[in-house]
Amino acid sequence: MSDPIIKPTHEARKGDVVTPAKGKGWFYTDMVKEHFFSPKNFLEDEASYKQAYLGMVGSPACGDAMKVWLKIETIDGVERIKDFKWKTFGCASAIASTSMLSVMITEDGGMPVEDALKLRPQDIMERLGGLPARKVHCSVLGDKALRSAINDYFRKSGQHDRVEVEHGRLVDKVLKITDHDIEEAVLEGADTLEKLQEKIKVGTGDPSCIPDVEQLLRFYKEKHFGA
Amino acid sequence: MKSLSLSYLDHAAATPVDARVLEAMLPYFSSVYGNPSSFHSVGIEAKRAVQEARKRIASLLNAQEENIIFTSGGTESDSLAVLGIPRTKVHLDALRAKLGEETIPHVITSSVEHHAVLEPLLFLKKRGEIELTVLDVDRQGMVAPQDVVKALKENTLLVSIMMANNEIGTIEPIADTGRAILSWRKERETPYPFFHTDACQAAGYLDLDVEKTHVDLLTLNASKMYGPKGIGLLYIRKGIRLAPLIIGGGQERNLRSGTENVPGIIGLAKAFELAQASREEESSRLTVLRDALAEELLTIPKSVLNGHTTKRLPNNVNVSFLDIEGEAAILYLDAEGIMASTGSACASSSLNPSHVILATGLSYEAAHGSIRFTLGRSTTKEDVQHVLQVMPGVVERLRHMSPVNLDMKYFEKQ
Repeated sequence: MSDPIIKPTHEARKGDVVTPAKGKGWFYTDMVKEHFFSPKNFLEDEASYKQAYLGMVGSPACGDAMKVWLKIETIDGVERIKDFKWKTFGCASAIASTSMLSVMITEDGGMPVEDALKLRPQDIMERLGGLPARKVHCSVLGDKALRSAINDYFRKSGQHDRVEVEHGRLVDKVLKITDHDIEEAVLEGADTLEKLQEKIKVGTGDPSCIPDVEQLLRFYKEKHFGA
Repeated sequence: MKSLSLSYLDHAAATPVDARVLEAMLPYFSSVYGNPSSFHSVGIEAKRAVQEARKRIASLLNAQEENIIFTSGGTESDSLAVLGIPRTKVHLDALRAKLGEETIPHVITSSVEHHAVLEPLLFLKKRGEIELTVLDVDRQGMVAPQDVVKALKENTLLVSIMMANNEIGTIEPIADTGRAILSWRKERETPYPFFHTDACQAAGYLDLDVEKTHVDLLTLNASKMYGPKGIGLLYIRKGIRLAPLIIGGGQERNLRSGTENVPGIIGLAKAFELAQASREEESSRLTVLRDALAEELLTIPKSVLNGHTTKRLPNNVNVSFLDIEGEAAILYLDAEGIMASTGSACASSSLNPSHVILATGLSYEAAHGSIRFTLGRSTTKEDVQHVLQVMPGVVERLRHMSPVNLDMKYFEKQ
């Protein structure tokens, strides 16, 4: 009798990850696996992209980080993204979603910048055939990295009025504190939760947001003072 | 993709049921199917089998058979111990008679315990039923016995420290801690605190004699030692009272009601016997493979060993690689036929990285890049070679794709 644990069938193992911490499993779609195992358009020769428009999002402390490089040309009066290269630190869905985004952007002669600005994580997910629910928020960051790179293009091409600032996300619902407020406080020297609370009282009325605040604190500390 | 030779290196998560264990269990499904509480012959036969298994298990623990309570596994045994002791009226009354009516019991545990110990204790703390001290560990994941002693108070009712860590493999100095608690109790002429240990990862590798380890309660399960899932036990030293979690027909001395899992109990006894019989030989065989694997993996740049270098389970290798994320690495390894696990947040349902690796003072960045290989009976030199052929390429490939290039200082907490 063959032993299913020592010698499981290839079919049974396909794409399922069993986690050590909680023993939960999930399946990635074939499209996710395709983009994870054979990623498209990731940056090979950084030297040729020195002049490209650069966008960044995430941090390694949070578990996901990505950079994208764009080349944009104006053809018949339409600004098109002709090239999209990327590098991603993160799990399979982070890598696959960035890879899929690069395909979506560069197919059909390059996506117009106006259309690219409207891309949402759901659009990438749809093309991937879905992702495990709890993976969406943390790993589909490609649209943000893309907008960051398009802003870089706007700045470098002198179109400052077109730079789009991300709207702040409400973190503390009681005190109406956004992630931008936390970033400001970190820039002003709040490097611990205690100091952050002294400054902006975050979490004192709504302690349930503290884990989120601690994560943001780590992220902004690294962004501004770390690597 | 090339044809797969499979290397299962996740024995800390689950082990296959040994053929001899399965064989011992089989009659108890359909032939000796009686309820041990019944008075007819098939019931009595089942009852005798359970008694016999209990006796053999007790002798391996150097305990009495009435001190063994069968449960559904490690998590239930941990819950029975850490919820049951602080909720027992006689203990609360004794503390209150001595220290005042307002006294709540104090419990000591460590930051590297399994969730099965930490979560019920945090639950009791939240409800105001206990005062809780969670001890820090050192860089190797060790809980120092002197730190336990320093944390002891007049109202300390329970100390729970695991025997060996499931993630990083560190073997805790349980006998020293047990001895220190014994002398603390003796000096003060008090029966408290009781000392509990979760020994689930240790059964195949360490001596679990409760007299040598000086523990009062011990958790064990079958599924980590080539036995079936869904069966475990709690050893409870004679005379120690505790409140049950499951109340009903009064089986297991009223401490765990419910019809006995007869095939499971038979399987647990057989698995435990086999594990202890091969303990020394298997430990020395795996130690050689473990050290060869760890040594070679650490030649990959920007890598660090998690856990203790020598005081560690013979089957555990846990290495963090900077600039890569564990779940992605696990999937690339899986595609090459290697089954391992990670402490990365991306692979946990809480989306938090391993609390154990963070507790040892490693950074979030390093915890996200941790990979655990746990060897077992089927593991050979070829499996180690297989990992060593594949892993450097996986790390290189992911680093090539990664925008992150951290300095070595990022291994340590900032």
